Amino acid sequence: MSEGNMNLTLKVWRQKNQKQKGELVTYPVSNVSPDMSFLEMFDVLNEDLVEKGQEPIAFDHDCREGICGMCSMFINGRPHGPKEGITTCQLHMRSFKDGDTVVVEPWRATAFPVIKDLVVDRSAFDRIIAAGGFISVNTGNAQDANALPIAKEDADKSFEAAACIGCGACVATCKNASAMLFVSAKVSQLALLPQGQPERYSRVQNMVEQMDKEGFGNCTNTGACEVECPKGISLENIARMNRDYLVAKAAH
Amino acid sequence: MSSSSSFFTSSLGRKFVMGITGIFLITFLIVHVGVNAMVFLDSSGELFNTAAHFMGTNWLIRSMEFVLFAGIILHIVQSVVLTRANKAARPEGYAVSGSNVNSKWYSRSMGLLGTLILMFLIIHLCHFWVEARFGIWGGIPEGTVAGTHDMFAQMKIIFSNPIIVAVYVLAMISLSYHLMHGFQSAFQSLGLNHYKYTPAIKAIGIWYSIIVPVLFALMPLYVHFVINK
Repeated sequence: MSEGNMNLTLKVWRQKNQKQKGELVTYPVSNVSPDMSFLEMFDVLNEDLVEKGQEPIAFDHDCREGICGMCSMFINGRPHGPKEGITTCQLHMRSFKDGDTVVVEPWRATAFPVIKDLVVDRSAFDRIIAAGGFISVNTGNAQDANALPIAKEDADKSFEAAACIGCGACVATCKNASAMLFVSAKVSQLALLPQGQPERYSRVQNMVEQMDKEGFGNCTNTGACEVECPKGISLENIARMNRDYLVAKAAH
Repeated sequence: MSSSSSFFTSSLGRKFVMGITGIFLITFLIVHVGVNAMVFLDSSGELFNTAAHFMGTNWLIRSMEFVLFAGIILHIVQSVVLTRANKAARPEGYAVSGSNVNSKWYSRSMGLLGTLILMFLIIHLCHFWVEARFGIWGGIPEGTVAGTHDMFAQMKIIFSNPIIVAVYVLAMISLSYHLMHGFQSAFQSLGLNHYKYTPAIKAIGIWYSIIVPVLFALMPLYVHFVINK
């Protein structure tokens, strides 16, 4: 074992499919480089499993640079592991110590059923977006950017909300499996811009209605989502959504 | 275009009701603690009895009693509906929970703290309100003016029992933590989050959740250890 490398005990959720019950299975992993990402460590473990003729662990991953939001792993009780402001692919093994036991579970929510092992079905988010997370514009050339004045502060806030990658960490960590942070970010990014105004109040109603239909929980303002969000989406967005929803129901 | 779903059965609408009834109950506590404070100003209990008599007979206060009970019931009913929905949203929990890192324990225990407060409320209502209105267990001693209640005397009787004093004090600890999260959370649920005002709301919330329960808790202690001596 080269210097600085470590041996870990992994406890990983294994579940064949949506129907069958799953369980935590223990895997010793040796000679893990601290420079590996958490996903690379899983790659190594999976190669090992394949060589042994065992079924590799299914897990979601895509860009491996923190922008796609696929790598949904609940590591030692926290989405994307012990560090804040990062996704699982940006988590490095130097965040762990030799001899550590690491428990890896899938996102847990009725609205996110487990497909296999650590892979969950997050299409509930897609249906919420389809319910209203868009603007309707005629096609054609984009107009000159300066033709539409937008206050810097609003542009910044909209951009911050738009940083949401839809990873589902907010749902995963919320004690109520609530999707408010996600939905409020998607409502806010458009509510803050002039292009989002024509559909502002129908959008918030439709998206909230879809969110409720999907079976997500309610917000108790614990603030856990904001802490665990890899993109630092603020609770201010939830308040904005609450406000817009109230106005929408009262006057639209 | 308006969607067909109703505001009051939606997740956000229910949270709105929780918030607005919460703020209403917070304002009630100010009135209640204000009346209680009369005991500290006048240990003969006369001032307190005058205040209690006003609260028990004034028509405006009496009609607000119905609003108050409605507020409490709505707050409880919504919390039960919301809690059940929250449990259904995650039937299978995690093997390891790191929630202590990302949120305060009392923000995650509002249901438990609220249940403790409800249990206390029932005991507390039996001690004073039920006795004053219905006199089931012998009623409240008569005041110096015929037909009035000597609530101060009733207090001295109730708080002569150290176990009851302890129950009241422990309930106020639950109330303090419930308010510690509930005060600022109510404003967030109503959509009132603004960089100019939210820091002040949070600061006032913390002071309120300490001062009001402490004042409440001091009263049974004062009656038991000072007045009854």
